[in-house]
Amino acid sequence: MRRRVLIAGIALAASTVAACTAGGGSSNSSPPPKSSHTPVTLTVWSFFTGRELKQFTHVVNGVKQAAPWITINSVGGKQPTDVLRAINSGTAPDVAIEPGPDDSAKYCATGAWIPLNPFIKQDHINLPAVSPAAGLRYTSYKGVQCSLPMLSDAYGLYYNTDMFKAAGITAPPRTFSELVADAKKLTKKNPDGSFKVVGFNPLQGFYESYAIDIGVYSGAQWYDSSGKSALASDPRWSELLQWQKSFVDWYGYNNLTRWLQSIGGPDSEWTASNAFESGKVAMALDGEWRGAFIASDQAKIHYATAPFPVANNVAANYGAGQIGGTIIGVPKGNAHPADAWQVVKYLALGTQPLERLANLLNNVPTTFASLKDPTLSSNPKFAPFLKIFANPHSGYKQITPLGTADADLFSSFVDKYLAGNVSNLQAGLQSVANQIDKQSQLG
Amino acid sequence: MGDLTIMGGQAAERQKRRFTRKHLRYYGVVLAFLSPWLIGFLTFYLYPTLASLYFSFTHYDLLTSPRWVGLANYRFMFTDPQFWQSLRNTLWMVVFATPIQIAFAIGCALVLTRVKRGAGVFRTIFFVPTMVPAVAATLGFVFLLNPEGPIDRVLALLHVPQPLWFQQPFWAKPGLLLLGMWGIGNTMIIFLAALLDVPKELYEAADIEGAGPWQRFRNVTLPMISPVIFFALVTGVIYGFQYFTEGYVASGGDPNTLGSPQGSLLFYGIWLYQQGFQYFHMGYASAMAWVLFLIIMVTTLLLIRSSSRWVHYQGGFQ
Repeated sequence: MRRRVLIAGIALAASTVAACTAGGGSSNSSPPPKSSHTPVTLTVWSFFTGRELKQFTHVVNGVKQAAPWITINSVGGKQPTDVLRAINSGTAPDVAIEPGPDDSAKYCATGAWIPLNPFIKQDHINLPAVSPAAGLRYTSYKGVQCSLPMLSDAYGLYYNTDMFKAAGITAPPRTFSELVADAKKLTKKNPDGSFKVVGFNPLQGFYESYAIDIGVYSGAQWYDSSGKSALASDPRWSELLQWQKSFVDWYGYNNLTRWLQSIGGPDSEWTASNAFESGKVAMALDGEWRGAFIASDQAKIHYATAPFPVANNVAANYGAGQIGGTIIGVPKGNAHPADAWQVVKYLALGTQPLERLANLLNNVPTTFASLKDPTLSSNPKFAPFLKIFANPHSGYKQITPLGTADADLFSSFVDKYLAGNVSNLQAGLQSVANQIDKQSQLG
Repeated sequence: MGDLTIMGGQAAERQKRRFTRKHLRYYGVVLAFLSPWLIGFLTFYLYPTLASLYFSFTHYDLLTSPRWVGLANYRFMFTDPQFWQSLRNTLWMVVFATPIQIAFAIGCALVLTRVKRGAGVFRTIFFVPTMVPAVAATLGFVFLLNPEGPIDRVLALLHVPQPLWFQQPFWAKPGLLLLGMWGIGNTMIIFLAALLDVPKELYEAADIEGAGPWQRFRNVTLPMISPVIFFALVTGVIYGFQYFTEGYVASGGDPNTLGSPQGSLLFYGIWLYQQGFQYFHMGYASAMAWVLFLIIMVTTLLLIRSSSRWVHYQGGFQ
């Protein structure tokens, strides 16, 4: 009797637990619902706060011109975990905006954000003709387009033109070899042996330098065609890391670490003592937003921008770069999916809203039409980033439902390797690849 | 007679019902008074505990319903290098940091028992760090132990090699150990009370027997404060296994750099947090939580069992 009660208790507890969790997602390939055009208020969650939220709200309210029956309730300060919790508890907003693409594969694979493919088809939108392929890759997973890019970051090379002139360098480097040669010429030391100017800091923990290890600049792939981690099987990874380590070794790992701490550590990136802004590094890998920071910090440097150099054996890919940014989609359980799609379409595919947002927030717009924005494209320091986003070889790392777990595991390994604590690179890469493959089975 | 029996039976039945109603009312009142705690216990303790046990046997990403996977999450732990690394780092804190911090707290308390003037001021000075929030204290130590910070500058003046502290795997955990020693005030105050509670007659007897300072400490002080040492050890070990905040902040507080430098600050709690709340592997995170619970439970039981050999309670109380 007692045993029966115990079993019944466990079953009841298990069913209660299961009942209180999110239901399964399903891919929706049936024709999408159509809007009844009855007045509706849609809640839009974004991560914007303060000034940016005001600017965003102003732009998103413009949807009334295209869909007069829609009123927007714009809520800012919502991070990806908030969105996920809301989906889990059935309280998701009508439209969700996230700052990065890391969750998009998970949302597409689980149906947590509804597939937009039926809406795109219904509205006869030829997506590849509207948005560059690079942006569409990080917003879809296995054919399911459950989100769209809405502004992006693009990474390129910032270089100090005064220092280039003084060192007799006439053009920015285009390959890794040229980058190393220029960095050595530009590096200057103090009488006590410490660095006065670092030509280029190749350490992974330095500001945005992690992007070197994303693979875009060497053509290395994260996953093979069967979906297994390619860190060990794609030789470009070991070549990339060996090159990077030899670069770090030229400076000395401890010397670079000590120097980084002396200038305020990694957090100095977001202050006026940023190493590039204060003339302590001559070249830096950074996003398109840096120009706005340099202006607002009133940094006394002369600089220019260009695509970041690529590995010598993929020199033809010069012009490509790391990209990735804001995604927008419709969480499941939405009572007004057709109306929510109108908002998504307006913000992600509308030329005017994208241009306005890009100008206000200093980000790269994400459609071919908005990339031609006269204000942005006439700015010689910003224009290279527009071209980088449109480059077919540009991209974000291949997205999977693992989110950032693969990049975090790899990043931890790269740290150890650059510090000289990995004796066998290939075996180490194999170990990380195995861990990533195992993590993908985990729940 | 028969009528009387029937009447007696009805009276008994009425009395029984009254008794039952009285009891029900009584238990109802008890339950009503207990309900604030009971509801809290069921909602915020029992349900999450049962839920995490259930999730530990499932694949659960928060977005889809949990899927039963049996012992797969537990088996995965044995093959997860990060799990073992986090366990090693955590054990380092338990095995090295906890005893050192207890010894340091005893040392500080001993010194403070000797202070004749301004004892209150010194006690306050030693206690104040415990009032600093863990995040602020850690950030302060990250600044102090910065390679260009004041401590390394002093070491440079003394021509002593300057570690990179939180940028170097070898020195990162010792850096946190120093932080722990700085914030030892709570334990120190308890030891101070215990030391002041040791009967003076025992020291006088030891003096008469010709005991030196070490023998007095070894044979009088330590046994007399052993219950407090035991308390500090058990709570310190539990805290050590659950070590999180300081490691999280010292490794940068950025989800992408957690555990850095080079995984040396990847503590069990941090890896559990990453799995659960960054990668949303709730099943695996729940399994890790239960394994941690079992580790703490077994360690605590072993400590309690060993206490009969080295903890001395006055009056034989155990």
